[in-house]
Parts: sequence; C-alpha cells; structure tokens
Amino acid sequence: MEATMDAARAPEVTRRTRFSILAWLWPVVLIAAQVYAFAISPPDRDMGDLQKIMYVHVPAAWNAFISFFIVFISSILYLWKRDERHDLLAASAAEVGAVLTALTLVLGSIWGRPTWGVWWTWDARLTSTAVLFLIFVGYLSLRAFTDEPERRARWSAAVGILGAMNVPIVYMSVRWWRTLHQVQSSPSTVDSPYAWGLRANAIAFLIVLIYFVRTRYAAARMEREAEQRLDAAALAAGGYNA
Amino acid sequence: MTAAPVRESAVILPLELRQVARRFGRRWALRGVNLQVQPGEVVAVTGANGSGKSTLLRVASTAVTITAGNGSVFGHDLRRRPASVRPLVGLLGHAPGLYDDLTVAENLEFAARMLALGSPGGAISRALELCGLSAHAGERVRTLSSGWQRRVSLARLWMQTPKLLLLDEPYNSFDDEGVAIVNRLIEEARKRGGAALLVTHSLAQAAAIMDRRVTLRHGVIEEGLLPQLHDAPASHDGARSAARRVAGAQATLELS
Amino acid sequence: MTWRAEAGRVGAIAWKDLTAERRTKANFNAVAFLGMLVLLLFGFALGPDTATVRGVAPGIFWLAVLFSGVLAFNRSYQLELEGGALESLLLYPGERWTIFAGKLLANLAFLLLVEVVIVPVAVVLYQLAVPEQWPRLLLVLFLGTVGFATLGTFYAAMASRSRAREVLLPLLLFPMLVPLLIAAAEASAALLEGDPMGNAGTWIRLLLAFDVVFLASAILAFEHVIEV
Repeated sequence: MEATMDAARAPEVTRRTRFSILAWLWPVVLIAAQVYAFAISPPDRDMGDLQKIMYVHVPAAWNAFISFFIVFISSILYLWKRDERHDLLAASAAEVGAVLTALTLVLGSIWGRPTWGVWWTWDARLTSTAVLFLIFVGYLSLRAFTDEPERRARWSAAVGILGAMNVPIVYMSVRWWRTLHQVQSSPSTVDSPYAWGLRANAIAFLIVLIYFVRTRYAAARMEREAEQRLDAAALAAGGYNA
Repeated sequence: MTAAPVRESAVILPLELRQVARRFGRRWALRGVNLQVQPGEVVAVTGANGSGKSTLLRVASTAVTITAGNGSVFGHDLRRRPASVRPLVGLLGHAPGLYDDLTVAENLEFAARMLALGSPGGAISRALELCGLSAHAGERVRTLSSGWQRRVSLARLWMQTPKLLLLDEPYNSFDDEGVAIVNRLIEEARKRGGAALLVTHSLAQAAAIMDRRVTLRHGVIEEGLLPQLHDAPASHDGARSAARRVAGAQATLELS
Repeated sequence: MTWRAEAGRVGAIAWKDLTAERRTKANFNAVAFLGMLVLLLFGFALGPDTATVRGVAPGIFWLAVLFSGVLAFNRSYQLELEGGALESLLLYPGERWTIFAGKLLANLAFLLLVEVVIVPVAVVLYQLAVPEQWPRLLLVLFLGTVGFATLGTFYAAMASRSRAREVLLPLLLFPMLVPLLIAAAEASAALLEGDPMGNAGTWIRLLLAFDVVFLASAILAFEHVIEV
C-alpha cells in the first residue's frame, strides 16, 4: 500500500456502464418470468391460486443457497490469496443472501397460513432456510462487531466457510427429522406444470442476485478505496484517520 | 516518505524494518519505521507515551502483524514466514504473560513444553536459580508482587535462549538484582551473535549496556533532539536519507 | 513440525487449562448448577405431567447441556486474556492448531464432567429408565459433546475478543449446532425407548460425520482466527 496521496486509483466508473444493462434487465426478466409462470400454470387442485406464491418463494430459496455458495468460495479465496476484494464480495453476497432467505421465510409463512391455518410449518425446506438465515445473521453480526478490517476479513472468512459447510448437513438432518415425524409437508415442486415456471423464475432471480451483489460489491469497493485514501493521508500526516 | 536506501549486505541482520506501519482501528501506531539492528548491537528505543514503542517490539516479535511495509529477523520475512521468526525472538512485554493460578514452577514447565525443550527439568531449575526464584517455585503467581512476576517472565526468557531480545521497559519494577539479570540476559544474546532492542524511559540504566539509541515520535523513528550518548560505532554501515516534508508533516530523518 | 513436539504442546495446553480450572473451581460449579437449574426450569415450564415430560426429556437434556456449557468456552479464553498470557502463548514456536486442540481437550473434559453431574439429575427429575442400550447412549453423549466442544472452542476464539462476547457466541454457535441437537436428541430418545425402529444408528452416523467435518475444518481454520 502506498503511503502517498498520488497512489489513489480512479474510481471504476466503467463498471457502472458495464452493468447498467443489468439494471434494466432484471426488472424486465423478473416480470416476464412471473407473468409466464402465472400464465402457463393451472391453479393447484388443493391450493388454488395461492400456489403462485411458489414462483417467488422457491427461486428465492434456491438463490439464497447460491449466495451462500458465493460466500463460501470467496471466503476460501480470501484466506488463500489475502486479497480483500474477495472479502468484500463475500460480505456483499452475504447481505443479499440474508435478504433472500428472509424473503423465503416470510413467503413460506404466508403460504402456510391459508393452507394449514398456521403461520409456520416445520417443513424441511423452510426450517433449513430458517437455520441458514440465522447463520447469515451470525456472519453479519460478527462483521458488525469487528472494527479492524484485516481481522474482520479473516474472521468472516472462517465463519463463512464453516457456515457454508453446514448447510447441506442442516438440510439433511432436518429432512430426516421431518420424515420421522410426518406432519405438514410442503408442496411438490417437481410436477411438470410448475417446473417450467419455476425454472424461468429461478433464472430471473439469479439475474436479480447478480445485479444486487455487484452493486453492493461496487459500493463496498468504493468505501474501501475511500478508507484507504484516508489511511494514506493519516500515514503521511498526523497519525490518525479523519 | 522515501525509504532509506537498503544496502545489500553480506551480514544477516537480526532485525530489519522497512517502512513498517501498523494500525489499530483508526489510529496508526507505527507510520513507516525504518530500522536496522546489527549483530551484537543493543539498541535503546525511547519516546513519549503513545509513540509506538511497545508496538514496535510486538511487531518485531510477530505478536502483532504488519499493516504495511515489511521486515525481517535474521533474514526471515516477518509477513510471510512468521513461524520461522518465532523461535529466534524473545519478548519481555509489559504484562507478565503468566497464568495466575499456576505456580511459578508450573508456568515454567508449561513454557518448557511449549518450547519443546530437550531436557526441561534441567533448564527449569537453572532458570529458577539464575533469577533467584528457587525458593518461590511452589508459589502461585497470583501471590507474587509484580516485580517477582516479571522475574518469572525473565526465567522463561532464559529458557528460550532467543537470539533477538525484545524488552519492553526491562528495568521497570526490578530491584538491582533484577536489573543485573536483565543485563546478563542481554550479554548472553550478544555473545550468541544476536541483538537486543530495549524500550526504556530510563536511559541512565540502559547507558551501560546500549550501543545506540533511537527515538520514536508519532510512530516514526527520528533523531532525538538530545545528542546521542554514544557516537555511532565506526563499523556501522549507514546512509542518511533526505528528509521530505509531506503535507505539513514533521520532517523525519532516518538513520540506518 | 515434529508430531511429538506438537502432541506435547497439545497436552501442555490441555493440562494448563484443566489445572487452572481445578484451582479455581468457580467455573465448574457455576456450569453444573446452571445445567441442573435449566433441567428444573423446563420441568416447571412444561408441567408436572410425567408422561409429557418424559417424552421430551432427551431434548431438554441436550438444551440444558448447550445453555450451561456455552459459558465454559469464553471462560477458556478469558484465562489467556487476564495476565496477557495470550501474547506469550502465540509467541511460542510450533503450530497454532495445537492451541485449539489443547483447549478443545480441556473443554471436552470439562463438559463431560459436567454431564456426569447432570445426567443423574435428569434421570431423577424426568423419571427416565436406564435402557438396555446404555453403552450406545453413552456414545451419543460423547459424540454430541465432542461436536459441541469443537464448535464452541472455535467460535469462542473470536467471540471472546469481541465487545459483544456474551451475545455473539450463542449467535454464532447455536445455529451451527442445529444438526447436532437434532441428531443427539433423536438418538437419545430412540435409545431410551430401546430403539424400536432402529433409527439410532443413522443419527449416530450423522453425529460422527458432523464431528469429523467440523473438527477438521476448525483445526485448519484456527490459525486464521486466533490472534492477540
């Protein structure tokens, strides 16, 4: 790291133009996918039109898992290369993932109410997602409570890796637990009338995910660059960051 | 700030720091320290409170990582090979670093096992004797005064036989006997071709043993306003780098 | 790195932690009593009906272990922070995972001793019958405690250094323990009834897999999280 003022890098304005395509693409694709799914799928024989909530709930859940996967890979890369850009990417993916998991949980709850008369069904996917949500929250809390950037990056990476490794284990154990004590079950998502709608929306949400993570990451990079310029000034002058 | 021109020398330096900076939160404790310690040299580090003296020692010992810049101890890179540095250094910190509920002997036994010493029993009794602790071996550290606790830390340093000694206020809280033990420790390190870096407020006590003195001010080494107590030894490889004002910062002179 | 030296270090750290604990005893008494208290409180909360309570006893027992045991982990690092010993500890030569392994062994021994106290209390309070397959039950107890101690020791290395240590440790640790809690409670419940459907084996295998995965990852990741 240079201790001089002229080491500043120009903010990466080009990125903005590069993914401004995504900025208008994501709402378009999302709406298109939702409309498509609504159009092609018949009302479910049990749930009626309530079933349509699946087209947000399920893709949100899938993409939350993808977020977590990004956190996992970025965390490993950070511990290996010590490049803080990986840490920033992990943090951005974690934030977006937390939102997606919260969305999944809320929608799952909303779906459960008219169907089973309860706000929560202990079904395998929903419960696993709740645990995943708490793991994300733990990760973000750790980051919030750790002020030193290097320490924060290393600790989050370790926590992110272990958390991500636990996701399949959580899912498996909750599923076995549920099959032992059969209670309410979740709607099947593999029936063919619904599959295409789900796939279309899964892709739409993936685009949403990519856009949000990239935007958050760009913001994090800019924050970090500002912080580094403050560091450089502090090193040169009085010894304290502003 | 420019780095002092580093001479490629055939001598492996016990300690070499190049533009080392360390930040704690938003405060930079070290802001670009350049320092070279020659084999057999004893360097006293002085400076006001908060100038970064303790941090300097801790960075050199690998207890604290470097935020920017780099350094080496006997040729081992501080950032990339801290594990190779550790067997070579011994740090006497501010805090005794002992376990209060264990006895003196138990603390040293623990240290011996952590150091993987060949014949721990012998090393421990020798260290106890040299530091005048034989009578207190069975007492819990909690019951000792701070001066005696620091003696236990000294005993531990004896067992480590480090080549680079890093001593933070070694003359504090010691009686004459304690001071003698510290000086002996330094002499032993010197004889082994090592070196010592002492942080001290009391130049009088260090005068007898030190070769030169540097002053830390706001995290950077600068020449003291007072004349040095000794001339720089003739064999001292040195180069002066020019001072440069940066954005109203104070000028710094680096002696290497 | 020679294995003998590293094993010596692991042993030294475990011995040191346990000796310090033995001298003060403050921790052990507090944790054991809290465990018993939790068992009692659950009894009150869930009503005096024996049948109900006996049915949920395994789950309650494991919760008592978790809630009381969590106190042990931060204290294990507190030991290092009090005299500034952590800095000295980190300056010894050798691999850093030995610090983790040593503390893990000490925490494991500590928790197992606490369980020796609270298991009989649970048996009495919830009127449990000692099952035929009690050796397997002991295995479940052991494997569950190993997983708990592994993750607790790991996360406490970070939480104990943070300003919100009391809330951060449970926040990080408990979600990670969900598979362990499920597996241990289910296996215990099945074995207490004689394992009629033969489920216990599956849960024990899950516990074992959990322990192996996290022991390995914690050991590998520890050097990145322990610092002065």
